[in-house]
Amino acid sequence: MEKKMMTGAQILIETLIEQGVTDVFGYPGGQVLNIYDELYKAQDRINHVLTAHEQGAAHAADGYSRVTGKVGVVIATSGPGATNLVTGIATAMLDSIPMVAITGNVPCNLIGKDSFQEINITGVTLAITKHNYFVNDVRDLADTIREAFQIAKSGRPGPVLIDIPKDVQMAEAPFELKGCVEPYPQAIAPDSDIDRAVELINAAERPYIYIGGGAAGAGMTREIMALAEKIDGYIGCSFMGLSALKNSYDRFLGMEGMHGRYASSMANKEADLVLGLGVRFSDRATGNAEKYAQGAKIVQIDTDLSEINKNIRVDVGIIGDIVSSFTRILERCAERSHPEWRAMVEQLKAEEKRIADEAAAKATASLTPKQVFDIINDVKDENTIIATDVGQHQMWAAQYVDFERTRRFASSGGLGTMGYGLGAAIGAQIASGDRTVLITGDGSFGMNLNEMATAVTYKTPIAIVLMNNGVLGMVRQWQTLFYGQRYSNSELERQTDFVKLAEAFGAKGARARTPEEFRAAFEAAMQHDGPYLIDTLIDQDEFVLPMLPPGGSIDDIITSKEQGV
Amino acid sequence: MKRYVIAVYVENKYGVLTRVAGLFMRRGFNIDSLTVGETENPDYSRITITLRGDEYAREQLINQLKKLHNVKKVKLLNSDNTVEREMMLIKVINTPENRSEIMDASEIYRAKIIDYNTSVICVEITGEPVKIKAFIEVMKPLGIVEICRTGVVALERGSNILE
Repeated sequence: MEKKMMTGAQILIETLIEQGVTDVFGYPGGQVLNIYDELYKAQDRINHVLTAHEQGAAHAADGYSRVTGKVGVVIATSGPGATNLVTGIATAMLDSIPMVAITGNVPCNLIGKDSFQEINITGVTLAITKHNYFVNDVRDLADTIREAFQIAKSGRPGPVLIDIPKDVQMAEAPFELKGCVEPYPQAIAPDSDIDRAVELINAAERPYIYIGGGAAGAGMTREIMALAEKIDGYIGCSFMGLSALKNSYDRFLGMEGMHGRYASSMANKEADLVLGLGVRFSDRATGNAEKYAQGAKIVQIDTDLSEINKNIRVDVGIIGDIVSSFTRILERCAERSHPEWRAMVEQLKAEEKRIADEAAAKATASLTPKQVFDIINDVKDENTIIATDVGQHQMWAAQYVDFERTRRFASSGGLGTMGYGLGAAIGAQIASGDRTVLITGDGSFGMNLNEMATAVTYKTPIAIVLMNNGVLGMVRQWQTLFYGQRYSNSELERQTDFVKLAEAFGAKGARARTPEEFRAAFEAAMQHDGPYLIDTLIDQDEFVLPMLPPGGSIDDIITSKEQGV
Repeated sequence: MKRYVIAVYVENKYGVLTRVAGLFMRRGFNIDSLTVGETENPDYSRITITLRGDEYAREQLINQLKKLHNVKKVKLLNSDNTVEREMMLIKVINTPENRSEIMDASEIYRAKIIDYNTSVICVEITGEPVKIKAFIEVMKPLGIVEICRTGVVALERGSNILE
C-alpha cells in the first residue's frame, strides 16, 4: 500500500480505526482541538461520546471494555483534562481492564515550563498504567498507538496512556495501514507444573475452585464447570469473578471473602485443596492471609508471574496462558467422587438459607435490600447489564444479583471507586445496546451525577436504582461495629430530591418506599427509552452480612446484626 | 535480611530509569544501590541493583521488574560466582600529622591519590563494597570531608551472561 502524508491527528484517528475502534469517549479542549477536528471529519467511521466530565468518560471507556472485552478508548485534553482521567485509569488498572487513554499536551517547545494547562501526565500516571508514552516525534505515533493497544490487551490487561503534544498532532508523517495488532503470545506453563497440580487435585477430598477476574475475562465458563463435575468439587469466586458462572449452577457457591456468601467462605475454609484461577487472593477475599485456608494445598493459575506468592504462599504456582494451563489440568486429572464433601457443602448451603430466612423474618423495614434485588432478578433477563457504584449497595448486588452470563457486570472491585457507576453504565450500555441497570447509593451517586446529562443526551436506557438511606451506609456499618457508633461525617443530611433532580436533567424519576412501589417503578424503568431513576428508600441501619471483620479470618464471621453490635 | 545483586537489561529509552526507580517506591523495596550505564549495544542499558531484604522481597522485585515493558532481561546474580566492583572518590583533610597515613593506606588498599592541595587530599579507590567500607573506616578518624560512590557494578564470572 502506498504511504500517504498525514498529520498526527489524522494518523491517530486512522490508527484507532485500524485497531478496530468504533466508539471513543472524551471531552474536547485546547490541546486536543486538532484531534477533535479529525473526529468531526471521521464521524461516520468512528463514534465519539461526549460526557459531562473526563472522569465519566474514563469510567465509560472502562464499562465499555468490561462488557465487550474490547479495548476502551478515552480522549482528554492536557492539564485538568488529563488529571480528571486519573481515577478512571486507576480503576481500570486495579481491575485489569484494557484501556487506551489519549491526552493532548502543550507543544514540545512549551513542555517543562509550567505552561498553561501543562501537566506531566506520564509522570502522574506512572504507577497506575501498565505502560505510558510521551510521543515527541510524529513519525513514531502510529507504531506507538499500535504498541499501546498490544500492551493493553496482552496477558493481564490494563490501561495504557499516550500523551501527544499539540505540535505532534499538527506535524505530518507518512502513514500506511498495518492491521489490528494481536496480543503478545503468552508463555505456556511447563507440563511438570501441570502434573504437580494434577497430583494435588487427585489427592484432594474437598476441592474448591476459586475463580477471579482472569477467569471471567477469559470466558472459561464451560471448562470450569467441567472440572468441577470431574473432580466433584465446588466453585467460589472473588468479587471480580462474579458473572463468570450462572448463579443457578448448583456447584457455584458465589463470592467468598469479607462480604462473601456464607457457604462459599465456609467451603473455602473447609477445603483441602484450593485451585485459584486468574485470582490474586486479595485481602478483601482472604481476610488474614496467615489464617487463610490453613488446611488446604493451594494451586494458583495466573498469567502474571508477580501474583504467584504475592498475597499468600502457594504450593504450586502455574504461570502462563490460563486457558492452556486449566485445560491441561482438566484433561489430566482423574474423575473423583466425594460424597462426604457434597454432604458438607449441602449442609453449609442449608445453613446459609437458614441465616437468610431468619434475617428476612426479623426485617421490619418497609423495603429491604433483599426485596429490591428479588424484584430486579425477577424483571431482568439474561442480557441485562448490572453496573454498580461502591458501598453497601455494591456488596448486596454481589450477594443477591442472579448473574446469568459472562460480561454482564461492571463494578469497581480493586480500587473501590465511588462515582464509577453512572459513567460505566453509559459505556456498557452503548457498547452492548442492551438494557442496563445501575445499582447505586445516595453517597456514590452524588459524586458523579453530572453524567445524567450524558445519559439523557444519548438516550441510554438505564434503570438507576438509587438505594437511598441518607447515610454513607458502609462507613456507618463500620462505625456501628468498630467505632462505638460515633457517626463521624457519614450522615448526609442533604435535602436533595432525586426525583426532581432526574426530571431537571430531562430524565424520568420515581420514588419507591415499598416492594409494590419498587416493582411498578422498576418495570416502568425497564421499558423506558432513556435513563429512569428510582429513588429507593431503605433503612439507614441495614447491614451487609455476613462480614469478616477487617484483619480477621473466617472464624470471626459475623452473620447477624445482634452478633456484631 | 540477605543481600542480593540483580542485573537488569533495559531499553535505552526516555523515562526507563524513572519506571524502575518508581517501582521501588511503589512496592516498598529498600535498595542499597543502583547503577546504570550503556551496554555494548547503545539501544540497551544495564542496571545493577543491590537489595537488602528477605526472599519475598527478592522474588517480588524480580517479578515486578519483569513486568515493565522496557525491561528485557532480569537476573539474580549468584554471589559465589560474580565479580562486583564499586568506585569511590573520598576527600580527606590534609594535615602534616595525617598525610603519611593517608598515603600509606592508599598504597596498601591500591587506591590512587587523584587530587592534592594544602587542605585536602582526594583518593580514588575501586573494589568490592567490603573493601570500600574498610577504607572508609580507616579514613574516618583522619577527617572525611566528602564521599562520592558509584554503587555496585557486577558481572558473572566465566562465560555466563544475562539470558
